[in-house]
Amino acid sequence: MSTAIIARDVDADGQARFDEIIAADDKIEPADWMPEAYRRTLVRQISQHAHSEIIGMQPEGNWITRAPSLKRKAILMAKVQDEAGHGLYLYSAAQTLGTSREEMYDQLLTGRAKYSSIFNYLTPTWADMGSIGWLVDGAAICNQVPLCRASYGPYARAMIRICKEESFHQRQGFEILLALMNGTEAQCEMAQESVNRWYAPALMMFGPPDDASPNSAQSMAWNIKRFSNDELRQRFVDMIVPQAEILGVTLPDPDLRWNEERGHWDYGELDWDEFRAVLAGRGQANSIRIAKRRRAHEDGAWVREAARAYAERSSSERGETRRTESRLSVEGVAS
Amino acid sequence: MAPAAAEASVATAAVPTDAVARYALGLGDDALMLAQRLGEWISNAPELEEDVALGNIGLDLLGHARALLTYAGSAWGRNEDDLAYFRDEPEFRSRWLFELPNGAGGLDFAFTILRQLVASLYFGALYRRLAASTDPQLAAIAAKAVKEVAYHAEHATLWTLRLGLGTDESHRRMTGALADLWPFVGELFDADPAADALAADGVAVAPETLRDEVLAAVEAVLEDAGLAVP
Repeated sequence: MSTAIIARDVDADGQARFDEIIAADDKIEPADWMPEAYRRTLVRQISQHAHSEIIGMQPEGNWITRAPSLKRKAILMAKVQDEAGHGLYLYSAAQTLGTSREEMYDQLLTGRAKYSSIFNYLTPTWADMGSIGWLVDGAAICNQVPLCRASYGPYARAMIRICKEESFHQRQGFEILLALMNGTEAQCEMAQESVNRWYAPALMMFGPPDDASPNSAQSMAWNIKRFSNDELRQRFVDMIVPQAEILGVTLPDPDLRWNEERGHWDYGELDWDEFRAVLAGRGQANSIRIAKRRRAHEDGAWVREAARAYAERSSSERGETRRTESRLSVEGVAS
Repeated sequence: MAPAAAEASVATAAVPTDAVARYALGLGDDALMLAQRLGEWISNAPELEEDVALGNIGLDLLGHARALLTYAGSAWGRNEDDLAYFRDEPEFRSRWLFELPNGAGGLDFAFTILRQLVASLYFGALYRRLAASTDPQLAAIAAKAVKEVAYHAEHATLWTLRLGLGTDESHRRMTGALADLWPFVGELFDADPAADALAADGVAVAPETLRDEVLAAVEAVLEDAGLAVP
């Protein structure tokens, strides 16, 4: 297959057609010819996006058994389930590019693929469920809404579905913080302390500053990215400042002030050394996150093996009969 | 008044008697405990699809618990959170089966699936009967739950077959998990004075009347999966 791709990669007709589709801002579909570098970029971006959803289940999953009311618990369970679903959509989208989910997953488990730096921070308090929803999902939405128009059709369509659910999550997070800020003094303090921890990491989710983001220009030329990292980060800051006022929380940034001339909020320099350290695997929870995913995968190996063996058996006639019988017995009980 | 509107006003206005409330609380506690256990699986399952499925089932059960606890609490001026968060262990009415950890040695998929098999076939039989309760609120809660537990039963049945018939290893694990689980199954059908008194009025289901139906359904699946009742 790789030789076929290389052979097609020098296909002048294919390239011309690809350029035409990009110029017209139309969609590239899985069967279309595409430059190898475009395919590689998309596989990397979509799979890392999928990995982020999967690893992102952990910081919130941490609070499911401890949520402070049954309603909050139900919302959190539904949300973490949505995240697994988003991971599944995104793995499917990446698979249309000719890579397998197992292969992508293996890259995650062996540390060869990255996931969003934000999920390497711990969630020590309930208020973190609010901050993750409001700030982390808020940043994800700013990033992802433009991806609904990405040039690769399967990715764009996955993002449309995902963004609908993400915007619910963001409102839910905001609502958690709002309830805390209208609560006792201890609850207000918990909310503020949490926002203090999540503000800067959320701003870093947009990636390095434009002058240190070498791949951005190519992604923008291919209509994968529509706005630069700094443009999106600015949009996010402009969005959350008035929301913070409604909540009554302060944002931990002494340089945050309205710039009349630009018509935007100025914000302080971020700690890019910390960002690079987290991305390089030296953040708070990098090791814990991967260890937990690896353990779930290893402990579940016998289950996946059994399912495979059963599927092989049930394709035989005897298996089919058994399956039918058991279905009937379930329906018999259910009727 | 249209029949539907009349029904709704009965359902919202009705406050259960103390006896009905205690019965509803017991059912709600069973669902609440199992939901809590399933919540521990999220992000630890063998496959992403199972993270979704177990989370989904847990969420359904939590929904049943909330409805039952809300109804029970209305008799005592307490809400679902008062009952879930401000009682200690001696006051919980749940049965052991629903409280047990997800396996003797930690998160065990075999044990979890077998417990789900028993639980969902039990809930199915219970709620089908309870949907005809003379208490309209219990009937409404059960009628909604019955559709969901039918999905849970299908999920557990398919996994019991896959694991029972899959590999030697999966069969061995299922046999061990079944031995761990089985001592707790009988309690589901133990006579319960709160339920038995209400059963006479058609409000509740007497637990012992579910025994044959549920055990037959569980054993049929186990037999299909090549597993023997301990």
